[in-house]
Amino acid sequence: MIAEAIKTKSPSRSYTSTRNACKLCAPFGACIVFRGISGCIPLIHGSQGCSTYIRRYGISHFREPIDIASSNFTESTAIFGGRDNLELALSNVTRQYKPEAIGVTSTCLSETIGENVPMYIAQYEKDRSEREKNGGSKEPALFYASTPSYRGTHMDGFHEAIYSVVSKLAGTSVASENVEEPKHLNLISGFVSSEDLRELHKILSSFEMPYTLLPDYSESLDGGSWEEYQKLPKGGTPLESIRRMSSAVGTITLGESIPREHDASAWLESNFGVKAARVPMPIGIENTDAFFSQLTEFTGRPISQKWMDVRGRLIDAYIDGHKYCFGKKAIVYGEEDFVLAICSFLSELGIEPVLVATGAVSDSFKSRILSILKKNRSEPLVMDDADFVTMLEKAKDLSPDFVMGSSKGFYLAKNLEIPLIRCGFPIHDRMGGHRILHLGYRGTLNLFDLVCNTLMQIKQSSSKIGYTYI
Amino acid sequence: MDHDENMAVDTEEFKSEMLTRYPAKVAKKRKRQIVINQVDAGEQVPEILANSRTIPGILTMRGCSYAGCKGVVLGPTRDILQITHGPIGCGFYSWSTRRNQTRPETPDSPNYMTYAMSTDLQEDEIIFGGEKKLKAAIDEAVALFHPKAIGIFATCPVGLIGDDVHAVAREMEAKYPDINIFGFSCEGYKGVSQSAGHHVANNKVFTDVVGLDDTPKPGKFRFNILGEYNIGGDAFEIERIVAACGITLHSTFSGNSNYQEFISAHTVDLNTVMCHRSINYLAEMMEIKYGIPWFKVNFVGADATAKSLRKIAAFFGDKALMEQTEKVIEAEMVAVRKVRDEVKARCQGKKVMLFVGGSRAHHYQELFDEMGMETIAAGYEFAHRDDYEGRKVLPNILVDADSRNIEELKVEKDPERYKARKSEEEMEKMKTEGFTFNDYRGMMTEMKDKALIIDDLNHYEMEKLIEKYHPDVICAGVKEKYVVQKQGIPLKQLHSYDYMGPYAGFVGAINFYREIDRLVHSKVFKLTKAPWQDSPELTANYGWTN
Repeated sequence: MIAEAIKTKSPSRSYTSTRNACKLCAPFGACIVFRGISGCIPLIHGSQGCSTYIRRYGISHFREPIDIASSNFTESTAIFGGRDNLELALSNVTRQYKPEAIGVTSTCLSETIGENVPMYIAQYEKDRSEREKNGGSKEPALFYASTPSYRGTHMDGFHEAIYSVVSKLAGTSVASENVEEPKHLNLISGFVSSEDLRELHKILSSFEMPYTLLPDYSESLDGGSWEEYQKLPKGGTPLESIRRMSSAVGTITLGESIPREHDASAWLESNFGVKAARVPMPIGIENTDAFFSQLTEFTGRPISQKWMDVRGRLIDAYIDGHKYCFGKKAIVYGEEDFVLAICSFLSELGIEPVLVATGAVSDSFKSRILSILKKNRSEPLVMDDADFVTMLEKAKDLSPDFVMGSSKGFYLAKNLEIPLIRCGFPIHDRMGGHRILHLGYRGTLNLFDLVCNTLMQIKQSSSKIGYTYI
Repeated sequence: MDHDENMAVDTEEFKSEMLTRYPAKVAKKRKRQIVINQVDAGEQVPEILANSRTIPGILTMRGCSYAGCKGVVLGPTRDILQITHGPIGCGFYSWSTRRNQTRPETPDSPNYMTYAMSTDLQEDEIIFGGEKKLKAAIDEAVALFHPKAIGIFATCPVGLIGDDVHAVAREMEAKYPDINIFGFSCEGYKGVSQSAGHHVANNKVFTDVVGLDDTPKPGKFRFNILGEYNIGGDAFEIERIVAACGITLHSTFSGNSNYQEFISAHTVDLNTVMCHRSINYLAEMMEIKYGIPWFKVNFVGADATAKSLRKIAAFFGDKALMEQTEKVIEAEMVAVRKVRDEVKARCQGKKVMLFVGGSRAHHYQELFDEMGMETIAAGYEFAHRDDYEGRKVLPNILVDADSRNIEELKVEKDPERYKARKSEEEMEKMKTEGFTFNDYRGMMTEMKDKALIIDDLNHYEMEKLIEKYHPDVICAGVKEKYVVQKQGIPLKQLHSYDYMGPYAGFVGAINFYREIDRLVHSKVFKLTKAPWQDSPELTANYGWTN
C-alpha cells in the first residue's frame, strides 16, 4: 500500500500526505507568545513570506494588529547565510520600535541551512554591551526560540518560546537581592483566548498574592481603539515580572502535554527550586477544581466565596441541562491539551466523544484520552497526527451529533450535516473568537450553554410542530 | 499659493521629514522609492525604484514567491490538484477558501480549492530527502481523485535539501501518462516579493499547460482575461457583462477557471490583461508563440468597464457587436448613475490612499474618481517600474541578481499553431487610428501631479502618512487593516475585499460606491472618542473632591 512506502510516525495515519491539516507551523506559536510579553516584537529569521503568512493568519483570528518583523532572506542569503540580515533586522527593529524585547524565531529555511542563531545573538549582545558602554542607549532583551516547521506543531513553538523567555530572564532581576519580596506565584497559561487570560487574571487576583501570568496577550492582542498611535500595543507580561519568576512559591502550568525539555516550570524547579505543578486546562468541573486546589495549595489561601457561587450555579446548570446532553456524540479536535480538557468537560455532561483528534504527533494522547473517557459506553476513536480529511473519512460511520473545535472543522461539520460549536483556535468565520471564554467555572458555564443551546436548537428545528418550550 | 502648490511644498517637506528618521543607507534607498508625481509631456514621469529588496527588519506588506505562485496565480484554479511540498506551515496558510470564488460546471465537477494537500515534511525528510514522500503524495492524489492535472509547489527548504520537483513530476507523469504533472520552483526566498512567484507560475503554465488542446469554445468573438482572480466574484460579473454583449470569455487566468480552459486558451483571438504585474509574461509569450494580440483592460470602475468593453468590441471590429456593446453599457449605466450621483454628493472631495498589490492601487483609483474622491498617495507592494511608469520604460529596467534568478523563457513561433489574428496591414491601420496594443501606461501617468507615490510602504511610513494627511479611507490589506482602524480611519481591504464584492464591472461599481459610502460615513469610527475626551474640564470636575 502507498502509505507503507514511507515510515509514518503514527499508527492512526493511513495517508502519507497531510490533507487539510489540523495544525500550524511552530513559528506561529512562538510569535503569539512573544506578542504576549510587554514591549516585545517577534522577528522571524527566514524569508519574509513566513512573517506575512503568520501575521495574516493571526490577524484573521484576533482582528488586531500583529506586527512581526523578518530578516527577509533572499536567494543569496539562503546560500551564504543570514547573519548579516539578522543583525540588520535587529538593529532596524530596535530603531523603529524601541522595543523592550525582540523574540527571534527560526524557520524551516534558516534551520535547514544550519544557521547558528544562538551564536549570532550572543555575539550581537556582546557587541552591543560595548555600544552601551560607549554611551549607546539601552537595547532590548533578545530571546530565541528554535522553531523549524518540520518539527512539531504551533504548540511546540509556543512552549519553546515560553521556555526561551523564562530560561533567559528568570533569576536576572537586579532588584531582588536587596529587597524583601512578597510571596508570589507563576502561572503559565498555554494557548488560550484573550478572554481566558482576563479570566485567569480575575481568578489569580482573588487569591490575593502577586503573580506572573505568562504569556499575557489579553490586552496586546485584544485592545481598544487608540487615542494615539502605538508602535506596539500595550499589555503583556512585564519583563521584570518574568525575571522574578525564579523566586516564586510555585509555578502552575495549564496543560500536561508539554515535552519536559521545553517545560519552563521544570526548568525553574531544577534551577531555582520553584515548585512545579502541571494541571489540566481548567475546563469542566473536575479540571477547574484541580486548578483551584492547586492555587490554594501554593498561596495558602482559601477559594473565595464568589467562585464557590459560580461553581454552584454551574452544577445547577449541569443538572438542568443534562437531559439534552446525555448520550449525545461529539467529535473533538484541536491542540492536545485543549482536546483533553474539552473531553473531560463533555464527559461530565454525559456526552460521548466518539472521535477525538489532534494534529500533533503524541505517544501519550490516546492513553490520556481513554483514561478521561473511561466511562464512555463505547470506546472512542482517538487519533494523533490527524488531519481533517482523515477525520471526515472516519467520522462517517460514527453518527456524531455535533463537532466541537475551531473554524477549520467547518467542512467536516458541513459534510456530516451537523453543527459546529466553535471554540479554541482559529476562529475566522465568526466574530469574537478570541473573546470566547473557555476556562474556569465561568468558562465552563459558557461552553455548557453553547453546547446545550446547540442541541436544543437541533431538537427544536427538527420538530415539525414548532415547540417553543423544548 | 493655490492648493496644488501648497501640496507640493507639503509633500517635499513630508518626504524629507520621513527620511530623516532612517539611518543614512536606508534613507538613500527609500528616497528613490518615494517619489512626488509629476507628469510631463509625452507622459514622462519621475523614475521610481521598485522591485528592490526589502530592508531586513523593516515591516513590509510583501509576501514570498510561494505565495505569488501557489496562492495568487494557481490557487484559484479549481481542478488542478495542488500539492505543497514542504513543512506544514505554507500549505496551511495558503488553504484556498478565503477570497477567490469558483463555480464548478456541475455539482459533481471537481473542485479542489477546499482541499489543502501537503507533504508535511518532517525532520527525517529534511535530512534524507523528501522526494519519496512527494511521490507517495502524488500516488495518493491519483488514487483519490485521478485529477487531470497536478501542480507541485516547492517551499523554502525543498531546493536546499536537493529535492527536484521537476524530476519527480516527470517520473510520476511517466507512471500516470493521462495526468499532466508539473512542478514549480517557487521557494519563498526567490526574488524580492511574490512577484517572482507570479513569473515562475506564468512560465510553467505556458510551457506545460497552455496549448495542449486545440478545441475552442463555441462563439464568434472569443477572448481570455489574464490576471483576473475572481476575488469576491469579480470574474462572474465580468463574464455576465461580456456574455450580454455577445463575447465569449474563454478563460480567465485564473479566477473561476478550470484546466480544460487553460489548455485550450491559445485558441482565442484576443488576450486582455487585467493585473499587468502578475501575468503580463503569459500575454507576451502567447503572442509570440500563437500570434494572439493583447492589450490592457480594466474592469474596475463603471467608466473603465465601458471603455474596456468598447475596446474589445472595436478589436473584433464587428458592427453588430459594437452596437450590442453600446446597448449593454447604456442599460447598465442607468443603475450605476443613480447610485453614483447619490453617493458622490456625499463623498466628493474626500481623500484616499491606496497601498496594495501590483495593479489594484491603480485600478481602484478609477472607482474613487467616479465618486469624486481624490487619491493623494498610492503605491504597490510588489510591482516593477513599468507598473508605475508605463511599459515605455521596459528597455531601461536594469535586471538585478534577484530578477535574474527567475528564468526568462526563450519563446518562438509555434510552427503549427501560430496564426496571426490580424494581418500586419490591419494591425498597422488600427495603430495609426490610435488603437494601442501591448500597452500599459502605468499608475503614475494617470495620477495628479504632486501626489505621493511610495513603493513597498512600511508601517512607520503609514503611521506618518496618517498623521500628516488624515485620509478619509485607506485601501490596503489585512495586515494594515487593524492598525489603521485603531486610529479611527476606515480601511478597505483590496486583497480579499473584506470577503465582500464583487467590485468589478457595473454591479461591482455600485457595490463599491455603497461600500465606501458606508465606510466614510459610518458612525462607528466617530464613537472611538468618548464625550468626556472632548471636554477636559468635565473629567477634571469629576475628579474634584473638595
